[in-house]
Amino acid sequence: MIEAVRLQKHYGKTKAVDDLSFTVRPGRVTGFLGPNGAGKSTTMRMILGLDTPTGGDVTIDGKHYAELKQPLRKVGALLDAKWVHPNRSARSHLKWLAVSNKIPVSRVNEVLEVVGLTEVAHKNAGGFSLGMSQRLGIAGALLGDPEVLLFDEPVNGLDPEGILWIRQFMHRLAAEGRTVFVSSHLLSEMAQTAQDLIVIGRGQLIAQTSTEQFIADATQDTVRVRSPHAAKLREILAAHATVTDDATNGSLVVQGIPAQQIGELAAENQVVLHELSPQRGSLEEAFMQLTKESVEYQAH
Amino acid sequence: MTLLAVERIKLFSTRSPYWCSALAIVLGVGLTAIIAASTDNGQLSLGVTQFGSSQLALSVVLVMAALAVTTEYRFNTIRATFLAVPNRISALVSKTVVVAFIAGVLGEVIAFGSVGIAKVLSPASDLAINSGAEWRHVAGVGLLYGIGAVIAIAVGVLVRQTAGAVAILLVWNMLLEGLIGIIPKAGVKIQAWLPFQNANHFLMLNGPEAAGSEQAGMGIDFKLSQWGSLAYFAGIAVALLVVALVVAKRRDA
Repeated sequence: MIEAVRLQKHYGKTKAVDDLSFTVRPGRVTGFLGPNGAGKSTTMRMILGLDTPTGGDVTIDGKHYAELKQPLRKVGALLDAKWVHPNRSARSHLKWLAVSNKIPVSRVNEVLEVVGLTEVAHKNAGGFSLGMSQRLGIAGALLGDPEVLLFDEPVNGLDPEGILWIRQFMHRLAAEGRTVFVSSHLLSEMAQTAQDLIVIGRGQLIAQTSTEQFIADATQDTVRVRSPHAAKLREILAAHATVTDDATNGSLVVQGIPAQQIGELAAENQVVLHELSPQRGSLEEAFMQLTKESVEYQAH
Repeated sequence: MTLLAVERIKLFSTRSPYWCSALAIVLGVGLTAIIAASTDNGQLSLGVTQFGSSQLALSVVLVMAALAVTTEYRFNTIRATFLAVPNRISALVSKTVVVAFIAGVLGEVIAFGSVGIAKVLSPASDLAINSGAEWRHVAGVGLLYGIGAVIAIAVGVLVRQTAGAVAILLVWNMLLEGLIGIIPKAGVKIQAWLPFQNANHFLMLNGPEAAGSEQAGMGIDFKLSQWGSLAYFAGIAVALLVVALVVAKRRDA
C-alpha cells in the first residue's frame, strides 16, 4: 500500500504538487491520471525517495523508500525506460541491479524471458527501440519480485501490440495481489487498465474513486429528442429538466431526466416524438471538462 | 562488499574505462619511450622516466574517474542507482573506492612500465630503484592517481556533466596551478599550498638522483615534508568528496 499525506513539492513559487493525499491499495491496478505537467512524475519520484518533498509525507507499507532494506525486493519502478547506459548490455544492466539487492543473478534470465528480451540480452541497450527499452525497464522493475510496482506513462510511444501486452501484464500483476500504480495522461487508456483512479491537476487531487464511478460521474448523460411540436415539447420538459436546442438538426437536448420519463411526459401531453435517443458523453470530453482548469499550458 | 561489486560490474560493463586505461598507458609509457629514445644512451636518469606518468597520463586518469560519475548523470543511471541503493553516500563512496583503486593500479602499471621501457631503450643508464626517495618517485605515482581519482569523482558529482567536470579538472591540474607561479612574489607562496603542486612535491627526487631533470614543482618553497604534502593532497581530496556527498544527499536526484 502506498500512502501519501498532504504531499507537497514546490520549486520556487511553482507548486508542482500541492497538498496531495491519496492511498493506493494492493490487488488492484490504480491509475494516476492527469494532464501533462500535473505533477504525476514528481509525485512518483517522491514516492521513490529520489526527490525530497517540500512538505507532507509518502510511505510504502508505512515506511519511507529510503528506509527499505533491499528496496528492489519490495518496490519495482519504471519511471523512464531510458535510464540505462547505452553502451551497457541489457544483461549487464540487470546484473548490477540484481547484485545491488542480493537478488540471485539467475533471476536476470528469468525476467528477460518474461519480457521477451532473451535473444537481445547481450546487445547494448542504446540500440533498443522504445518498445524494447520499455520491456527492459519492466524487467528491471520485476527483478526483485516486488509487491509494489510503479510505472510512469508505460505505454507512451508504444505500438498497439505493446500497449495491449503492458495492459494485460499489469492486470496479471494486480491479480497476483500486488499493488500496481500506473500513471497516464490518457483517460481512455486508464479506463481499460485501471480499476481505481487518482486524478490530479496542477498538483492537486481532483478525484480518488473507482474507474467505473469516475466515468459515470464525469460523463453527463443526455437525451436527444426530435418532435414536430418542438416548441410545445420544450415548454413541457423545461419544467422538469434543462433543455437546449441543437440548431444543426432542430432537435432538443434534454439533460436531467431519463428517456422513459420524457416519453411518458410526451404521451400525457399528446406530443408526437420522432426520435428519443439517450446519449452517452465521451470520456475524453468529461476528462477535459474536469481538468480544463488545471491544464498548465493551453492552446487557444 | 556488495556495493563494491556493483560498481565494479557497472564500470567494466562499458567501454570507456578500457579506452581511458589504454590511452593513459600509451601516453604515459609512450612519452617516456620517446624521451629515452632521444636521449644518449647512459644519460637517462630515473627522474626523467616519470614525466609521462605524473603529468600526462594523470590527466587521462582524472578524466576517466570523472566520466565514471558524469556518465551516470548523463544517462540518468544515477537515478537507477539511487533506487537500488537509497543510501546515496554508500553508493557514491563505493564508486569512489573502486575507481580510486583502479586508478592506483593503473598508476603503478604506468610508472613501472615507464621505468621498464627506459631500461630497454637506454640500457647503459642507471635506472635502478634503490633509495627510499627513488621508490617514492616511482611507486608513489599510484597513490597520486588514486587520490587524484577521488578529486575527479568529487568534481564530477558536484558538476554532473562531463564537459564541465573535464574542463575544470584539466585546467586546474595542467594550467591553473602552474600559471599561478607567474604572479610576482606571492605566486610561489600560493603554489606551496596548491593540491597538485603538493602531489608533485611528494614525488620529487632530491640530491644527486634529481640531476639532469627539471621536475614539476621545482622552485616552490614547500612548507610540508614530502609525505606531509601527500597527506595534504589526500586531505583536500577527502574534503572535496565530503562536500560532494553532502550535496548529492540533499539534492533531488
